[in-house]
Amino acid sequence: MNKHYFTGISISSVPQVSTIWSRHDLWETIKVRWSVGRMDYKIEPGIYAVGNPEESSPVFVTANFKLTFDHVRRALDNMNAWLLVLDTKGINVWCAAGKGTFSTKELIRQINLTGLEKIVNHHKVIVPQLGAVGVSAHKVKSNTGFSVIYGPVRAKDIHDFMEAGMKATKEMRAVNFSTWDRLKLVPVELAYGKYYLILVPAIFLILSGLNPKGYSVDLAYTNGLKSVFILLIAYLTGCGITPVLLPWIPFRRFALKGLLTGWLAAVILAYFHFLGSSYLEIISWFLMTGSLSSFLAMNFTGTSTFTSLSGVQKEMKTALPMQIGMAALGVIAWIISKVIAL
Amino acid sequence: MNGLVYLKNVVTLELDQEKCNGCLMCTIVCPHAVFEIQNKRAEIVNRDLCMECGACEKNCPENAITVRSGVGCAAGIINGILRGTEPTCDCSGPGSSCC
Repeated sequence: MNKHYFTGISISSVPQVSTIWSRHDLWETIKVRWSVGRMDYKIEPGIYAVGNPEESSPVFVTANFKLTFDHVRRALDNMNAWLLVLDTKGINVWCAAGKGTFSTKELIRQINLTGLEKIVNHHKVIVPQLGAVGVSAHKVKSNTGFSVIYGPVRAKDIHDFMEAGMKATKEMRAVNFSTWDRLKLVPVELAYGKYYLILVPAIFLILSGLNPKGYSVDLAYTNGLKSVFILLIAYLTGCGITPVLLPWIPFRRFALKGLLTGWLAAVILAYFHFLGSSYLEIISWFLMTGSLSSFLAMNFTGTSTFTSLSGVQKEMKTALPMQIGMAALGVIAWIISKVIAL
Repeated sequence: MNGLVYLKNVVTLELDQEKCNGCLMCTIVCPHAVFEIQNKRAEIVNRDLCMECGACEKNCPENAITVRSGVGCAAGIINGILRGTEPTCDCSGPGSSCC
């Protein structure tokens, strides 16, 4: 009972949790939004009490990703309810449902493990709608006697959902992907490159010293920093700017959206004479920035909330060879532009 | 949904209206309002909005819906190609950090 979000013990000896975020919770949320410790941010699965629940109080089912748990308990402020936390290995509801950890089997297991039947006197559990990807309501019913009621997509709509007699409006059922939603995801996207963010610039820094006469450390420094700057711009364009501006960029394919923004960035850099002096070097930069931005934008399909497997496969069939080809040609052309006097 | 529509005519969603009993489950679980009930039977009204998440198939008690569900995620598909498996995010792998 040393966890900071515990506030006491409810009936049936269930740990009671706070509905208010402490400064610690907020700090952890900021860290996890930046990918720090994201893969090990979980809480113990099982049953928790919010407020002072009784036998007749509603049961909300959620995942054991702490960011998810925090949002749900905060959304239950001023309510008396039970919170049934499934073991999803620290993954959010939707992704875990897709992976099969937020599942019919796990829901049945937790209902039995916690002895839910003895804690409440009704036979209803409220499962977030996106959990339906992993849960079969009719199978839970036939195995446990508990009816699954699909609640709203977002925890913040729980109060309105309950007031409407456990009915969700069309808006509560729809997944959006607002500009603010996408902005919140940018930090995680930026952290995507991990150690490549050091490795690739280092290689370009070293190779920038090449020149027709041999090698120059001075050149490695001056031209190298310029190269790193160009790569950084392409990186930010692909996994920062493209996701945020997504609906306003033409084309349906993410790879094409990224290619377009990558080239727009390259045009601006070329205008300010950043891409070098020879045509070959300028072309090589267009190939590399386009490829990088296109690839990163394509990866955003996994974060987005509306792309299908069939669609992404179709897109990748042409996009991936294009990106690899452009990157390879770009790097070769760039090295040639360095070592040959044009 | 405000201009966020993916590729046309690619999804594998199929509905057998003969089997449908009009229970409404598909209209409840679908995050993109792909289904509507018309004349007490489900109808696919927004096919291109389907993201193949598979919630409708899982929650149709009459097995009237089929869809090849999976992750619409480029990194996951590359993962699958590299490992020779189905497309998978596999967030549990070391060093990975998707969703």
